[in-house]
Amino acid sequence: MEQHIDKSLVRKNRRWGEWLIEKGVAFVASLSIILIFIIFIFVFREAMPLFSSMSLEEPTVEAPSGATPKDDVVPNEDLTPEIYNPEVYNLAPASADVPAETAPESYDPNAPESYDPNASASDASSGSTPESYDPNASAEETSTQESAPVTGDEPAIERENVSLANITGTNWQPVSEKPKYGISTLLIGTAKTTIVAILFGAPLGILAALYSAFFAKKWLREIIKPVIEILAGFPSVVVGFFCLMVVGSLVQSLFGLDFRLNSFVGGIGLGIAVIPIVFTITEDALSSVPRALREASLAVGATEWETAYKVMLPAAFPGVFAAVLLGIGRAFGETMIALMATGNAALFSFNIFDPARTFAATIGAEMGEVVWGSVHYNMLFFLGAILFVFAFGLNTVTELFIKERLIKKFHGN
Amino acid sequence: MKKHATKIKADNLCFYYGEKKALDNVSMDIPEREVTAFIGPSGCGKSTFLRTFNRMNDLIESARVDGRVEIDGKNIYDSDIDVVKLRKRVGMVFQKSNPFPKSIYENIAYGPRLNGIRNAVELDEIVEKSLVRGALWDEVKDRLDQSALGLSGGQQQRLCIARAVAVDPDILLMDEPCSALDPISTAKIEELILELKDMYTIVIVTHNMQQAARVSEYTAFFYLGKLIEYDRTKKIFTNPAKKETEDYVTGRFG
Amino acid sequence: MNKRVAGFFAVGSTIVATVCILVILFGMAGMFLVQGLPHLSWAFFTEAPRNNNTEGGIFPAIYGTTLLVFIMTLLGVPVGTITAIYLTEYTKQRAWLPRVIRFAVNTLAGVPSIVFGLFGLGFFVQFLGQGVDIALGNDQMVWGKPALVWAAATLAVLTLPVVIVSVEEALRAVPREVREGSLALGATKWQTIWKVVLPNSVTGILTGSILAVGRGAGEVAPILFTGAVYSLPELPDGLSDQFMHLGYHLYVLATQSPDVDATMPLQYATTLVLLGLTLVLNFAAVLIRSRLRSRQIRL
Repeated sequence: MEQHIDKSLVRKNRRWGEWLIEKGVAFVASLSIILIFIIFIFVFREAMPLFSSMSLEEPTVEAPSGATPKDDVVPNEDLTPEIYNPEVYNLAPASADVPAETAPESYDPNAPESYDPNASASDASSGSTPESYDPNASAEETSTQESAPVTGDEPAIERENVSLANITGTNWQPVSEKPKYGISTLLIGTAKTTIVAILFGAPLGILAALYSAFFAKKWLREIIKPVIEILAGFPSVVVGFFCLMVVGSLVQSLFGLDFRLNSFVGGIGLGIAVIPIVFTITEDALSSVPRALREASLAVGATEWETAYKVMLPAAFPGVFAAVLLGIGRAFGETMIALMATGNAALFSFNIFDPARTFAATIGAEMGEVVWGSVHYNMLFFLGAILFVFAFGLNTVTELFIKERLIKKFHGN
Repeated sequence: MKKHATKIKADNLCFYYGEKKALDNVSMDIPEREVTAFIGPSGCGKSTFLRTFNRMNDLIESARVDGRVEIDGKNIYDSDIDVVKLRKRVGMVFQKSNPFPKSIYENIAYGPRLNGIRNAVELDEIVEKSLVRGALWDEVKDRLDQSALGLSGGQQQRLCIARAVAVDPDILLMDEPCSALDPISTAKIEELILELKDMYTIVIVTHNMQQAARVSEYTAFFYLGKLIEYDRTKKIFTNPAKKETEDYVTGRFG
Repeated sequence: MNKRVAGFFAVGSTIVATVCILVILFGMAGMFLVQGLPHLSWAFFTEAPRNNNTEGGIFPAIYGTTLLVFIMTLLGVPVGTITAIYLTEYTKQRAWLPRVIRFAVNTLAGVPSIVFGLFGLGFFVQFLGQGVDIALGNDQMVWGKPALVWAAATLAVLTLPVVIVSVEEALRAVPREVREGSLALGATKWQTIWKVVLPNSVTGILTGSILAVGRGAGEVAPILFTGAVYSLPELPDGLSDQFMHLGYHLYVLATQSPDVDATMPLQYATTLVLLGLTLVLNFAAVLIRSRLRSRQIRL
C-alpha cells in the first residue's frame, strides 16, 4: 500500500496541455499591453516623417494632387453649400486675421467649403478638387475606395517642407497653396471646448453624485444611478446631433450670438458626455468612504450636509480628482460632438463664443480626404500622437498616483 | 498510543502567511482509518494545518511551508509531487457547503469524469454508491437531475461528502463541516462520519468540543499555532496533561 | 439660521444638479422620440436610401452596423474573456504582469476613439492589409484599404476593456468555495475553469458582449477612415468590402447633406433608431447584470 501510493503521487510527466493553456491564456492577456505598444508605434510611425522632412528635404510647394476619381459617386459640384450654418458666411469678411493667400477674391460662396474661408480659398485655387480638408466635401468620403490606394501607386508624391515656425504659427490651413500647420490654433480650440465641458459637466456630475450617495433615499438612489449611467450609453454622434439641432439655437438666442455653432455649444455637448463619467467615478469614490467616518461625524453633531461636504467629499477627494481628470480626457478626445457642434472653423480666437476646431475634430474631418503619406497626413497623425500621449499621461496619473492613494487612505498598507 | 498504522505524518511543520507564522513546529502522526479531531480557539491554526494535507494552501499567494508532511511515507511537499493526483487521494469537505451549480448527478459525477470515466453505466453506479455512502441516496434518488442548490443545507453538505467519496480517496479532510448546520443535520453528518471511518482516514476540524468527543478516536488541541496536546479523545476530555487544554475543554476560555 | 440657509443650498444644489442631468437626458431622448417616431415605417427599415440619400430608408446602414458589431464581437469577446480569465484565475494579484495588463486595459479605455481610428488606419489597413495584399500577390488592393474587417477589428480593440471588466466581475462573483471544491476533487486549474467557473459566468460574458456591442454600435470616430462610407451601390458581402453605418449616416446627413432641411425627418428617424438600438442593448445588459448580482447573493 505504502509503495503504491508513494508512486501514484509522483508526477510521471508534465501536464503539457495544462501548461500550454496557461501560456496561451497569459499570451492573449498580454495582448492588451501589446496593443498599447502597437497603437503607440503606429500612430508615431505615421507622424515621424514630419520631423525628418523638417530638416532633410528641400522646400517644394506642391498643389494637392492624387486621388480624384469620382465618376460613380455624387459629384462634388452637386453639393450646395452648408445650409445649416449660414451665419458663418459672414466670417470671411469679418475675420481680421485672414491671411493674404486667402484673400477675399478667392472666396467663393458656391464652393463646398463655405463655412471656412481658408478652405474655400484653397479650393478655389485648386479647382475645387476633393482634396479640401473639410468634411463637407463628402464626395471624397464616398470615393475612399478609389482614393485610398494612392500611397502605393504614386510613390512620387513631392513632399512639402515644414518648418518649426510653420507648426508653431497661428494658422491652420493645410490645403492652401502654402500649407500652414499652426497647431496653436487647434490647441486653443481644444482648450476652450474642454474647459467649457469641464466647467459644465464636472460640477453637475459631482453634485449629482453627492445627492445620489448621501441625500437621496435608498430607493431613489437605485433609480437615479442607473438612469444617469444610461447617459453614458448615448452615442456621441447623437449628442452631437442634439447640440447641432437644439443647443446651438438655444445658446444663440440666449446670448444673441452671431454664430450658432461655437466652442460654447461644443463645450456643452462635450460636457454632456463628461457628466456620466464624473458622476459614476465620484459616486463610487463617495460610496467607498468607510461608513464609520460618516457615522463619527454625525455622532459629534454635524448635520447631514456638513458631513457630506466637510467630511465625505474631502475624504473621497482623490476619487473626485480622478473623475475630473478622466472627464478631461473624454472631453478633449471626443470627436463627433466636437465635429458637429463647435462650428469647426480654425480661428485663432480666445473667445468662447467663436467657432473652434479641436485636435480630434481636425483628424476626423481631414483624414478622410488627405493623401496618404503627405505632410498633411503626417501632421494629422502627429495630432493623434499628441492626443494619445495626453490620454496616456492622464491615465498614468490617475492610475499610479490617485488610485494608490485612495487605496492607502482607506485600507492602510 | 499507536494502535494503527500511521497514515499522515507531520514533521516540524511551520506555516507562514507572509510574515505571520500560523503554524509553529507541528509534529504529529495521524492513524489510518480512524477519526482524528482538531480542536482549538479560532485562529489557532487548526484549519491551516488541515489544509496542508491536500496542499489547498498553495492557492494562497503569500503562503509558505517549512517542514514535511508525509502521506504513506512520501513527503507531499517534495518537488516531484503531482498536486492534482494528491488531491484525488485526499478528499476534502469544506466549512461552507459548496455544491457546484449543476444537477445532483453532475455534482457526484464531476470527480469520476475528471478521472476519465465516461461510461454511463459505470457513472450511474458510482453516483448511487457515493450517494448511499453520503446517506443521501434515499432522499434524492428521484431527483438526481435537479439542481444541487435546491437541497437543504444539511443535504448539501452530505452531497459534498458524497462528492468527495466518489473519487475514492484514502483520506477525508473535513473543515468544520457542521458549523453552518442545525442540530438535526449535524447529528446526521456525525452518524455518517462514524460509518465512513472504517473506509477512510478522517481528519475533522471542529469548533464544537462535544462533536469531537462524539466522533473522534484521537483529538489534537491547537493554540496560537502550536500543537499543545495530542492524545486519545477520552484522555483529552477527562484527564488532559496540559493546563491550556484543560482550560479550553472545560470552557474557561475560547 | 445662517447654517440652515447654507444647508438648504448645499442640499438644494445637489438636487438641482440631478434634475438638470435628468432633464438633459430625458430631453434628448424625448425629443428624438417625438421627432423621429412619426417617420419610422416598415419601409424606412427595409429600403435603401434613394435620390442622393434624401429619401428612402436606412436598411444598408442597419445591415452594415449589425455586420460590423457582429464581427467585432467575434474578434473582441474571446480575447476579452481570456484576458479576464487570466486576471482572475491565473495570476497573483501582486505579480507584475497582471498589474501591467490592468494598467494597459485602463489605458485602452482612456484612449480617445479618434486615436483608435488612426491606429486602425495605420496598423490594420496599411500595415496588415497591405501586408496581406503583398503576401497574396494581389495586383489590386483588396485588403490594403478601408474595409469592414478592419473597422470591426478597430472597434474590437476599442471595446476590449468593456468586455474584460464585465467578464472579470462575473468571474469574481463565482464563490471561492466552488473553485476550491473542484480543485480538492483533483481537478486541474483549467478543468476547474472550464467546467465550473466559466459555466457560471456565461451571463457575465453575455453582459460584456452586449455592452461592447452597445458601445461599438454607437462609435463613429474609429470607423471614419477604416471602412465606413456614406453611400454604397450594394450591400457589403465580404470582409474586404466597405459598409454603411447608422452613426456615420447620421453624421453625414446632418452636416454634409446638400439640403439639410429636406432630410430632417430622415435625420431624426435615423437618430431614433441608433439611440434605440444602443439604449436597448444597455438596458439589457443592466437587467442581466442586476439579475446576476441578486442571484449571487442568494448563492
